[in-house]
This record gives sequence, C-alpha cells and structure tokens, in this order.
Amino acid sequence: MARTLSMKDAINEALDQEMTRDPTVIMMGEDIVGGTGSPGEDDAWGGVLGVSKGLYHKHPNQMIDTPLSESAYVGAAIGAATCGLRPVAELMFIDFMGVCLDQIYNQAAKFRYMFGGKAETPVVIRAMCGAGFRAAAQHSQMLTPIFTHVPGLKVVCPSNAYDTKGLLIQSIRDNDPVIFLEHKNLYASECDVPEESYAIPFGEANVAREGSDVTIVAYGLMVPNSLAAAETLKGEGIEAEVIDLRTLSPIDMDTVIESVEETGRLVCVDEANPRCSIASDVSAGVAQDAFSALKAPIRMVTAPHAPVPFSPSLEDLYIPSPDRIADAARKTMEA
Amino acid sequence: MSDLITPIIMPKWGLSMQEGTLSEWHVEEGTEISPGDEIMDVETDKIANVVEAADGGLLRRRVGQEGEVYPVRALLGVMAPESVSDAEIDAYISAFEVPEVEEEEDTGPAYEFADLPIGRVRYAERKGDGVPVLLIHGFGGDLDNWLFNIDAIAEAAPVYAIDLPGHGQSIKAVDNPGLQAMTDAVLAFMDHAEIDKAHLVGHSMGGLISGRIASDHGGRVASLTLICSAGLGEEINRDYLDGFVAAATRRELKPKLQHLFADQSLVNRAMVDDLLKYKRLDGVQSFLEGLNASLFSDGKQTESIAGALEAADLPCQVIWGAEDAVIPQTHAGAIASARVTVVDAAGHMVQMEQAAKVNDLIRDLL
Repeated sequence: MARTLSMKDAINEALDQEMTRDPTVIMMGEDIVGGTGSPGEDDAWGGVLGVSKGLYHKHPNQMIDTPLSESAYVGAAIGAATCGLRPVAELMFIDFMGVCLDQIYNQAAKFRYMFGGKAETPVVIRAMCGAGFRAAAQHSQMLTPIFTHVPGLKVVCPSNAYDTKGLLIQSIRDNDPVIFLEHKNLYASECDVPEESYAIPFGEANVAREGSDVTIVAYGLMVPNSLAAAETLKGEGIEAEVIDLRTLSPIDMDTVIESVEETGRLVCVDEANPRCSIASDVSAGVAQDAFSALKAPIRMVTAPHAPVPFSPSLEDLYIPSPDRIADAARKTMEA
Repeated sequence: MSDLITPIIMPKWGLSMQEGTLSEWHVEEGTEISPGDEIMDVETDKIANVVEAADGGLLRRRVGQEGEVYPVRALLGVMAPESVSDAEIDAYISAFEVPEVEEEEDTGPAYEFADLPIGRVRYAERKGDGVPVLLIHGFGGDLDNWLFNIDAIAEAAPVYAIDLPGHGQSIKAVDNPGLQAMTDAVLAFMDHAEIDKAHLVGHSMGGLISGRIASDHGGRVASLTLICSAGLGEEINRDYLDGFVAAATRRELKPKLQHLFADQSLVNRAMVDDLLKYKRLDGVQSFLEGLNASLFSDGKQTESIAGALEAADLPCQVIWGAEDAVIPQTHAGAIASARVTVVDAAGHMVQMEQAAKVNDLIRDLL
C-alpha cells in the first residue's frame, strides 16, 4: 500500500529492519537510548531529535549509549567494524567531527588501502548537517566537501524519505566506511516509502525533475529548494532539469554530463561554503568533460564563505534560496 | 436540456494519477463519435496513451487545448446532438466543476490484499455480474500492466488483477520460484476470492500460467486469452530476460525495457524508476534469478502448453503484437483451434500499446 513516511521515521525504520535482519548491526552514540536529563527510564530520548526512539526495547543488545567522547566511541565503532560488527555510530552534529577526525580520515578511510585490500571497515557514521535550525555556527555546517575530499570514504546526503531509507540500508550493508549526512530541516519531509527493505546503490543520481533548458545539480535540502525554483521558472517558460546527486562519493557525473549535453546550461547548488565545494567540483568536471556543450558560463549558488550566522534573518539569507537559484538559472538563459 | 449533453473528461489511469497532458486531439468538432473511438492522446508522468470514447455522440466542442495539463476528471470536450444550442453548451461548460471525489469513497480502496498459503498477494477488483475475468501479468510485471484494460473489461464482467508472488506488492520470499508456485498461487487466489470459474487472461509468462491452469484444472476456466504468451514455442529473447534480471541502475534497465514496446519513446523515466524501486526490494533479485532459471534456462522456454491446449475443449484466443521483440510472433499459431489476432504497431506490451483493440478482443470472447 502506498504509505507516506517522514525522513526521520524512514531512518528509524531502516535501522530497525537492518538490526532485525543482521544481529551484527549495532548502534553507538550519545543519548541514542536514554540521555542525560531523562528521568531514568530507558529509551527516553532516542538521540537529539528522537530518530532512534523506540528501537532500544526491540534491540537491547545492539544499542549502546556512549560517553560524551566522540574520539572514543567513533574510534571504537571503527575498530568493531574491522572485527566483524557493522556499527552505526551517531555523531549528533557533523560539526563535532573535528574531535574524531583522525579516526575517520586517517584510520577508517585507509585500512582497505594499507592492508592490501584485505581489510574491510563496514562502519556508518551518521550525523545531522545543515543550517536553518537556529543552532548557530557550531551546529549548522554543511561539511560534505571535507569528507568527499578523502579517498576511502563514501559520502551520502539524501533529499527525501524514500532515498534515505534505501541509502541508509545500502550504507549499513556496504563494506566500506560511509559518512551518512541527514539534513535536520528535512526530517519532517514526507513521501511514499515501501514498508519492505530495499537498498539503493551508491553512485546513481536521481533526476528529480526533467527539463530541457537548464540543468540544476543539487543534493540534500538544496533539492527541494531547486525544485521550488524550477516551478517558478516554469511560469516564465524555462524548463529546468533538477538532478539530485544523492551520493557525493561516489558521484554520478555521467548523469550530470548527459543532462548538460541536452540543456547546455548548468547551475550548481550547494549549501556548503563555496571554496572547494561540491558545486565547484561538479562545475570543474563539466567544464573539463563537456565544455563544448555549454551555451553559457556555469553558475554556482552556495552559502557565502562565512560561518553560519546565529541571527535568524542573516541565517535565512545564508542558505541558498529558491529565488537565488532561479536567478542563477535566468542568468544562464541570458547568455 | 443538459441531460442531452455528454462530457468528455480527463481519465484516471491508476491510483497515483492526478493530472494529465492532452497532447493531441484525434477528432474535429462536428464529428460523430462512437464508443471505443480513439479521440485523443493523453500523457501522464508515467505513460502516454490514446483515450477511447466511453460514450458516443456528436462532438460539439473541444474544451481542452492541446499541450495543456488538466486535472483528472476535468472537462475536455462536450458531446451533444444538434438540437442543443451553442448557448446551452457554453452554459454547460461554464457551470462544469471538476468533481472532487475522495478516492476511498469513489471506488473503495483501489488495491486489496489476500493472505494465501504462499503469503500475502495484492490484487485489484472491479465488481460486476457474471463469470469474472482474471488478469495475470508476465515476468517482472505487476497488476498495473493492465492499467488501460481493467476498467474497459469491467464494463462487461467483474475483473480481478493480481500481483503474482515475487512481483509488485506481493510476498517476495518464494520457495522454489517456478511455474508450479505461480499456478498454485493463482488457484489459491481463486479459492480465496470464491471464484469457481474465470475467464483467464494471461500476458507473456501469465499466459503460460493461465494455459497450465486450463489444461490441469479445466473446470476452473471458462475461456483463455493468451497475449504474447510464453509456453507456445521455445525461443525467447535472452538478452531481454537476462538483462532485465541483471540491471541494477537506470542506465542498465532502460535499454532492456525498450524491447517491450514498438514505440520505444513510451519507456520514460518514471517507468524505469518504478521498476527499479521494485527490483531493489529485498528478495526480488534472487526471486527473479530463480524464476528466470526455472522457466527460461539457457535462453530457451522450458515449459509448453500448446499441445495440452490443442486437445482441450475450451474457447481460446491468442493475441500478439506484430513487433514483439521478446517472444516471436510466429508462436501465435501454435494452437490450431485458437482464434489468432496479430495487432499492428505494438510490441510485447500490446495490451498497453494498443489497449482499445485488445480490450475489444477480450470482451468479445466473454
């Protein structure tokens, strides 16, 4: 039956189904079960925003509340992964990865390479990302480019509940370390999600909207913003194709280039800061491999090169809006 | 006078359709339309198809404009005899409101589920009087393969369409996927729905299943319509079958699906995405591999129904798409006693590509 589910509930269902299917799948993280300040009962919090709430009593031996030490438990999760478990470590906010970065980029990402392909590290590190939550500069960043830069890591950032469930299941079944980034402002977004388990392979972009005039490439929250821009543009007679990258590493440049070869125009949208971003990466790839197809300069729409402001009015200006995306698309049409 | 006016409205194909584009009119104002005439092309985000007139009459006004998008049940045209004045037609058009019908109240839930010994299967039902028609899809298909048929056939008889085990939204964990499991499931479904006897309509592998039921359980079958059916010869397009089973991405799947249609432009992104969503469900891959190996091992069909049906005393027809690229059209003549119709401008999915003709043929045999 057609059934709608929020992205938050889709994450919960994926974790539940995978822990049921495979007892080696475990969860580790701060407050994923109880939580500081809870009145003592189990399963009080289920993580900062309650994503894993309800899972503890179903899988009491597969969920571990950890001390407030990311360097300790992320390292432990990576070590457990090399010894046969499939841990899903929750990092609350991606902004906290600084304290456990060595474990991620210098250890987990290197094992397969340094042990001659014989070591597997099937760990998933989940974290909330993105701005718009009034959570200030240290809890709002879109740090996707930092992980995408590192060979040996797979990086996922879904835009809707259907993709979230299938990509999280794929992440858990994957034998390499996966950074799974959940935009907190998408947790409430709903769409049809099958009750059965399913896995979406990495490295296949989704064409969220077809159009022949301009290609808009986005991921995460920027996908609904780009779709909103496309609706505005439609009223002006401009048909935008919106490509949702879904996974940033591996990245599906074939779908982007095929689209640009049809439209001849490209707008890259990224909530990350602009320098060395996903937007600049995709732009460079198209400039190198499909330059002759371009009818206009590539446009990038990103956050500014600045921390996320705490002032609500400034934070709203910081995030690439449908208006800014539509403006960029119009500029490519003028050229 | 408005009871003399008959509206032509945007059809609803399947549960998810909200709106459609009127891509082209096939009739001019002033044309006398008969029921079943092809009057326009409509395109949804999933598929494009021709719309047949449900009613007859003189087309007085084309309200819908080509290239425009209209919601389901929007007024697209007006039929009325010459005795109705233009002013009355203008008044009818300006007063017309798209009926807001709640899906549940309208037709009841569009899909239902039955718990059979093999597990849960999904089906669709259109109620009516008489011996029911049971529609059985092919390998990798589902009951929505009958999107353009189920309502048209329901004008003549009650209709059921099922998702076979391993397919659509039915149970995916199937022990020993093969012909026996499929025929058992169809018979169990007939018991569940209290269908003593049915007109079986099977497409491709569904034809093989229907034919095997007819030969082994003749008392349960009133007539047989085999559409581009398996079981009538040895050859089958191995590139399609193996490629369909192996395809894991849109890029791999799309060229395989194009084998199914004479007009390959019908294979759009939504169709590919929907099939990928099915193929990615846990259990589907191993099921399809098992069924493919059982029925079509080494690219040959292993099961035959032609001989048994030749001997059976049963109304039987065979329908084939002239451009079928999956099972050769030469198999259409395998049952000498059957009525054979080869439909032009159609491939393996003839019941979708030339729905009007296939619907007529099915109703004609009832």
